[in-house]
Amino acid sequence: MEWDWEFVREIMPTLLDGLRITLLATLLGSMLAAAAGLGFALLRRSKSRAVARTTGFVVEFIRGTPLLVQLYFLFYVLPELGVLLSPLTAGVVGLGLHYATYTSEVFRAGIDNTPRGQWEAAKACNLTPYQTWRHIILPQAIPPMIPALANYFVAMFKETPLLSAITVIELMSEARSVANSNYRYLEPMTLVGVLFLCISLIAVPALHLLERRFRPTR
Amino acid sequence: MTDTIIDIDCVTKRYGSHTVLKDLCFSVRPGEKLALIGPSGSGKTTILRTLMTLETIEGGTIRIDGENLFQMERNGRLVPADEAHLHRMRTKIGMVFQLFNLFPHKCVLDNITLAPMLTKGVKKADAERRAMELLDLVGLADKARAMPAQLSGGQKQRVAIARALALQPRIMLFDEVTSALDPELVEEVLSVMRMLGSTTDMTMLLVTHEMSFAHDFADRVLFFDRGRIVEEGPPDVLFTNPSHERTQTFLKKIIAAGQRI
Repeated sequence: MEWDWEFVREIMPTLLDGLRITLLATLLGSMLAAAAGLGFALLRRSKSRAVARTTGFVVEFIRGTPLLVQLYFLFYVLPELGVLLSPLTAGVVGLGLHYATYTSEVFRAGIDNTPRGQWEAAKACNLTPYQTWRHIILPQAIPPMIPALANYFVAMFKETPLLSAITVIELMSEARSVANSNYRYLEPMTLVGVLFLCISLIAVPALHLLERRFRPTR
Repeated sequence: MTDTIIDIDCVTKRYGSHTVLKDLCFSVRPGEKLALIGPSGSGKTTILRTLMTLETIEGGTIRIDGENLFQMERNGRLVPADEAHLHRMRTKIGMVFQLFNLFPHKCVLDNITLAPMLTKGVKKADAERRAMELLDLVGLADKARAMPAQLSGGQKQRVAIARALALQPRIMLFDEVTSALDPELVEEVLSVMRMLGSTTDMTMLLVTHEMSFAHDFADRVLFFDRGRIVEEGPPDVLFTNPSHERTQTFLKKIIAAGQRI
């Protein structure tokens, strides 16, 4: 088996197309994971026991089942119930919700770390609960969690090949299809690994930068 | 209605099986300066926190300006107060905490302007002008853009006082505001309070361990022990000639600890 640079040059544009979809899915998935994670964390703190418990159950359920199963469910089972999602939408929803169960723990810890005195000062200043969250609690709680959140987003990025199982044409499925049609696996699979590695390697210093930028100043 | 601004009537407060306040009754006249003293755990801080609605009560009634704090009338019946009622009641009351509780992510000026802008719809420019006046008053005009972490404890507490004043409450609660300060920083906070006491007609309640300050500052002193008021009176009487044995023991201990009264 010999490395064929000509073949590399030939398939590179296709792989880069796939990488674009991979990055897009990661970006959208991360946004959903952040928003839904915050939502889960807030609902779990709800004064209504029923709301808090139900949310807790849903979160444990999603976290306790494999992402691949969830993706199949979203893409192949939901249509039978009349909910038709495009492959990418199903993928983003799957990734986003799955990782939201992890980010919700990060949000929960960050919120719990905010000193009680801040809530009390907000009340003494007569802020409404919404204003207290928006102006006092979240601006203090979120910056220290950003590195932990970003870690999950990097992990999510590396799980995007699962989306190929529900026909999203991302990096992995592009690579598999060029490999299958040319009967050559060495270059496509190596390149997939290298591309993932490159992005991850870029993410590491970016993470450190975030950590420094958001180091708590108390 | 009456000549009282705060009416505390038979208030009971429990944490689990532990009773912190027992059938507590007292009233405060508008503009009165009241010092609450007593051993720790006697319930004096709890009553301030209750007035600020940071705690709820299990029994009794609290009236502010004649209005029930924790209950409201609906269809002719008394029901627990909703958030809107509490919000309206809180506009009358401000509080300064032992541990300052400044918002660490906001500069001094924003700490002071935030609540007036959010809760009263004051325009930014007006809020900032007012905040600068208040900072001037507490001697920190040059720190407007500083972050709380850059301030000393005494400076933080003076900012906290300015923040509470910005909402123009009629009642101010001071909860052991100098207890967390290094000794050399205590005086700068006390002098701000002294100045407030002599220049405003705000009703002020302070929980303090600074007996000599309470002596000079207060119109009336309440001595708390185990959730009850054991003795009350003008500072000259209560500090120099307490009638109750518990008060005498407490003051002796304080003097033995080296405090001037």
